[in-house]
Amino acid sequence: MLEEDIASTNVGLDLLGQARLWLAYAGEIDGRSEDRLAYFRESGDFRNLLLVEQPNGNYADTIARQYLFDQWHVLVLAELATSKDSRIAAIAAKALTEVRYHVERSSRWVIRLGDGTDLSHGRMQAATDALWMYTGEMHIADASERPLIEAGIAADVEALRVPWLADVRSVFAEATLTVPADSWMQGANGRGGKQGVHTEHLSHLLAEMQVLPRTYPDARW
Amino acid sequence: MYAQMVETGVERVQVVAEMAPDERAFQARIDADIKIEPKDAMPDAYRRTLVRQIQQHAHSEIVGMLPEGNWITRAPSLSRKAILMAKVQDEAGHGLYLYCAAETLGVSRDRMIADLHAGKVKYSSIFNYPTLTWADIGTIGWLVDGAAIMNQIPLCRCSYGPYARAMIRICKEESFHQRQGFDIMMALCRGSAEQKAMAQDALNRWWWPSLMMFGPPDAQSVHSAQSARWKIKLLSNDELRQRFVDQTVPQAEYLGLRVPDDRLAWNEASGHYDFGEIDWSEFHEVLKGHGPCNRDRMRMRIKAWEEGAWVREAAAAYAEKRANAPRPGPLPAMRGEGDRRAAPVG
Repeated sequence: MLEEDIASTNVGLDLLGQARLWLAYAGEIDGRSEDRLAYFRESGDFRNLLLVEQPNGNYADTIARQYLFDQWHVLVLAELATSKDSRIAAIAAKALTEVRYHVERSSRWVIRLGDGTDLSHGRMQAATDALWMYTGEMHIADASERPLIEAGIAADVEALRVPWLADVRSVFAEATLTVPADSWMQGANGRGGKQGVHTEHLSHLLAEMQVLPRTYPDARW
Repeated sequence: MYAQMVETGVERVQVVAEMAPDERAFQARIDADIKIEPKDAMPDAYRRTLVRQIQQHAHSEIVGMLPEGNWITRAPSLSRKAILMAKVQDEAGHGLYLYCAAETLGVSRDRMIADLHAGKVKYSSIFNYPTLTWADIGTIGWLVDGAAIMNQIPLCRCSYGPYARAMIRICKEESFHQRQGFDIMMALCRGSAEQKAMAQDALNRWWWPSLMMFGPPDAQSVHSAQSARWKIKLLSNDELRQRFVDQTVPQAEYLGLRVPDDRLAWNEASGHYDFGEIDWSEFHEVLKGHGPCNRDRMRMRIKAWEEGAWVREAAAAYAEKRANAPRPGPLPAMRGEGDRRAAPVG
């Protein structure tokens, strides 16, 4: 429905805007622009969560991916909003106002589809089951994060596991969905998105996204 | 724009003496520039023509999302990506305003969408052309949105209130889009030889279809005459086309691009550009469904609609459960969620 085209694009625009703020700040360290960082790195140089590179699939797959991420994102940003790094705190505070809306919207869709028809319930449950193994690494800090957590700059993602799970349980209960049992989590062995070891999907995404700047490396657009 | 060759269902334009008293009273209101509102009495032919025109326009906005959406994942910078996403989103918004305006005339959105998918109602022929390079995105903004604005600004004064008001909102956003399109063209034309060639190639492909957007010469058209009498079409196709050419040729010169028309020349006497013959056979073939992308566009629209069916059913089933549930406080309605429109970035 058209309303959903518009609402999904709002979320996409918010996330793209936030990504640009983070990239611009990161690029100040070595003088690379946001576009240099986005368009001229290989998949192994990207440090995103595996969850967010999973394909759109059907609408339940899209909503499950979005909700599991949003529910984590809102907690992380709330922590980062009090970061000792004032730039991080400012970006996080701005992003938080947007992401509160994202999680409200995606959780309502999880509930609608979970508690809608038999068909939608089945699809929502299947989508959640399939993505669950990518939720583990969200709560594992790697070696590069730990000193930043100790310095009060980064969010302590391990401490966010409990509130995240409580929120997920409450939404799933209303959605009449079963929270998947924890089994092996991708990236738990220290070889996941945060270490640049991705699923097969990322290099396809990047190939498409980067095609013009890579084809015409000196062009300005 | 976006509404080409709208049938009025009349054989010829009536003269006042032939009109029934209520028709005469209606025409007198139109002549006095009094807006017609949804609950006002109106001739059936006026209502049917408006429904056809507004829904053609709405469908054009929605189908028009496809050729531009084709480049969102491949936009060459994050800032261009954000601008293009916001633009395509604006088009969805325009489609919504227009479907709502048509609904005030007593036709449901589902009915209109079914008629589009069944091929009973057209959308603008321009969206049946492919977007082959990034320069096409600039060219669509510059030419197609430019042509749309040319056509839509007069419609802000059209006789039907809800349509006129929708057009006012839409025109404001379209003029942003046109500037953004021109900005893409400027970057390409100031860029490398390859980028400039990309821009010229896009202009070569889009120029003539853009001129066709205004529809065939309407001197002979009884429908245009009737729509003009009802003030739902305020300027003739040829008049609008000439304005578009006059405005666009100097812009192409500024960009250093050549308009692909050997007969294009400034006419000192008329104060306008003369231009070559339009190949109307191509236009009619595209309208009949034989354009490069007609089938793809419809296939995509129908696929999106069908793949969303189970989601719409689930949302409806859930809403019904909540409405029947003993505890109060149903979730807010879904429609409101789309209202928080993002501003264009960059």
